[in-house]
Amino acid sequence: MSALQKTLEDAVIFDLSQEKLRDLNAALQGLEEKTNRTEWSVLNPRGAHAIAVGVTAPVAITIDGHAGYYCAGMNDGAAITIRGNAGTGVAENMMSGSVHVKGDASQSAGATAHGGLLIIDGNAAARCGISMKGVNIVVKGNAGHMSAFMAQSGNLVICGDAGEALGDSLYEARLFVKGTVKSLGADCEVKEMTAEDKEILGSLLKQAGCTEKPEDFTRYGSARTLYHFHVDNAGAY
Amino acid sequence: MTEDHVPHIPQTRPRYSATFDQQTISEIQRAAATGIYDIRGGGAKRKLPHFDDLLFLGASVSRYPLEGYRERCGTDVVLGTRFAKKPIHLKIPITIAGMSFGALSGNAKEALGRGATAVGTSTTTGDGGMTPEERGHSQTLVYQYLPSRYGMNLTDLRKADAIEVVVGQGAKPGGGGMLLGQKISPRVAQMRNLPEGIDQRSACRHPDWTGPDDLEIKILELRELTNWEKPIYVKIGASRPYYDIALAVKAGADVVVLDGMQGGTAATQDVFIEHVGIPILSAIRPAVQSLQDLGMHRKVQLIVSGGIRSGADVAKALALGADAVAIGTAALIALGDNSPELEAEYNKLGTTAGAYDDWHEGRDPAGITTQDAVLAARLDPVKAGRRLANYLSVLTLEAQAIARACGKSHLHNLEPEDLVALTMEASAMTQIPLAGTNWFPGKNF
Repeated sequence: MSALQKTLEDAVIFDLSQEKLRDLNAALQGLEEKTNRTEWSVLNPRGAHAIAVGVTAPVAITIDGHAGYYCAGMNDGAAITIRGNAGTGVAENMMSGSVHVKGDASQSAGATAHGGLLIIDGNAAARCGISMKGVNIVVKGNAGHMSAFMAQSGNLVICGDAGEALGDSLYEARLFVKGTVKSLGADCEVKEMTAEDKEILGSLLKQAGCTEKPEDFTRYGSARTLYHFHVDNAGAY
Repeated sequence: MTEDHVPHIPQTRPRYSATFDQQTISEIQRAAATGIYDIRGGGAKRKLPHFDDLLFLGASVSRYPLEGYRERCGTDVVLGTRFAKKPIHLKIPITIAGMSFGALSGNAKEALGRGATAVGTSTTTGDGGMTPEERGHSQTLVYQYLPSRYGMNLTDLRKADAIEVVVGQGAKPGGGGMLLGQKISPRVAQMRNLPEGIDQRSACRHPDWTGPDDLEIKILELRELTNWEKPIYVKIGASRPYYDIALAVKAGADVVVLDGMQGGTAATQDVFIEHVGIPILSAIRPAVQSLQDLGMHRKVQLIVSGGIRSGADVAKALALGADAVAIGTAALIALGDNSPELEAEYNKLGTTAGAYDDWHEGRDPAGITTQDAVLAARLDPVKAGRRLANYLSVLTLEAQAIARACGKSHLHNLEPEDLVALTMEASAMTQIPLAGTNWFPGKNF
């Protein structure tokens, strides 16, 4: 018996090749906080969009394959694992809980998310963490251009390299990159890694199962020069 | 000859330039002194082709009117009949447009909710999330889904009666938002997850979708998040309404909101407000044509806004094919904005009652477009709500009076055939015949 089959024996199995997305989401959204159906397995996702969105019960959901757009959108408490790649906007506007992408994530991963933890084992495409509002994101590979654009708060950890215009128009989010940064966006600058930063980073790396050391990362943040309109900053807008 | 005997030479009076008029000169001088563009609230102030350029014909021998106050003229509208399990049923086809807590004070938002609820219509949140005050006082509340997603959360999304995906607005199609530091109070900052007192920028594009194909998936997600119950609106600023509406319908919208350039904003560059987008009068016909070409007119409802002032404007918008209208600026005036009673205070701000538009500065003496607790406390939400309810009732009665005169038993029975155009341009834009003719520009002889 494979590990996967064993997992399936204990879980509620939902096969999207046989059943409807609407029924899956209705079932997940209808779960009470103290439900005893705490393990869910979604088979044959086949890139469907909006899988397991808006779940508020603290249950574990495994999606066994590739997911389309907005998988785990607005998640508020569930632990969702995607055993494959995720399309645009995985865990968009997540409030709490966790989302773990075992493969790569397309653009806008964790967009505007307020809380919770998003882990991407592979690479994240453009605009990872755009307008993030408190979420923690760990990308074990590289992150694409314009990542953390207008990021407001929370932490974005990139274990690989970051693309162009990292942290453009950044507010108070903290960015940590181990590899190279192709270019910094407007108003994003290198910051000193404080003890508090190191503690946050160390904790996130540990939660994500990374072996990297905090001291190998560079911390980036907002230079705060664009917080007030001024004619001398015209070139940056 | 002495100097005393020089004949009098008449002086040419000083002549102002029509191109460089006094307002233009003052703006050049202000720009040179400050190095920043002029930011203001409201919509386009220039004279534009508008509903005033259309007239109703009324009934006569060829068709007969309904008896005023005796024969029923229905006013209700159902929005969201295409896909939503729970469409919205409003008593009047006049809704309150999206305006944020942040742009407006908490009392102003409460007053909008009270006034709208009293006459059975809806209010709309804005960029900044849903406050308990407006949810509590609005029987029907539309929750805007904006690029910034400030304050966006699952709990509030599920509390909403409808969701409005904002692509743009008439004052600034293609532009993002701004809220200057004076209005980023501790509560506004907390709701938007921003540092207090900064000049806040809002993105012009959504962070996780671009284009109609993505929008279709985004709408699917919103429906899945809310059990397919809530009508999904798509709001666009009027620029290319024929194509934008076709794409919104293709993406799965239940309702399309079309906002003309007279529609207000809390704060935008004056040059943007006055020079980008088109007047609502010119946008409705192509919008309705788009719906008709898709066989979706009256199936996907159309709400139009931007410069609605009177029941005549409401009736004309509906006759052109809209299902409902939305008001923003007029609603604020009804609450007490630009009241002549505040003239002395407007003078102190360098303006005058009727012209005050520095809503972004947060110093509104009427307590409406401010986050200053002392100023905001001036607005009594109960009394202001009553004024709004009165005004909405007047709009409705006026529209009914016109509809009955045209022999219509429901406002939605008004039709283009009830109208004529006063000007060539209005005739061309609406394809309503010029008064006294059966011709409009572009129509073959």
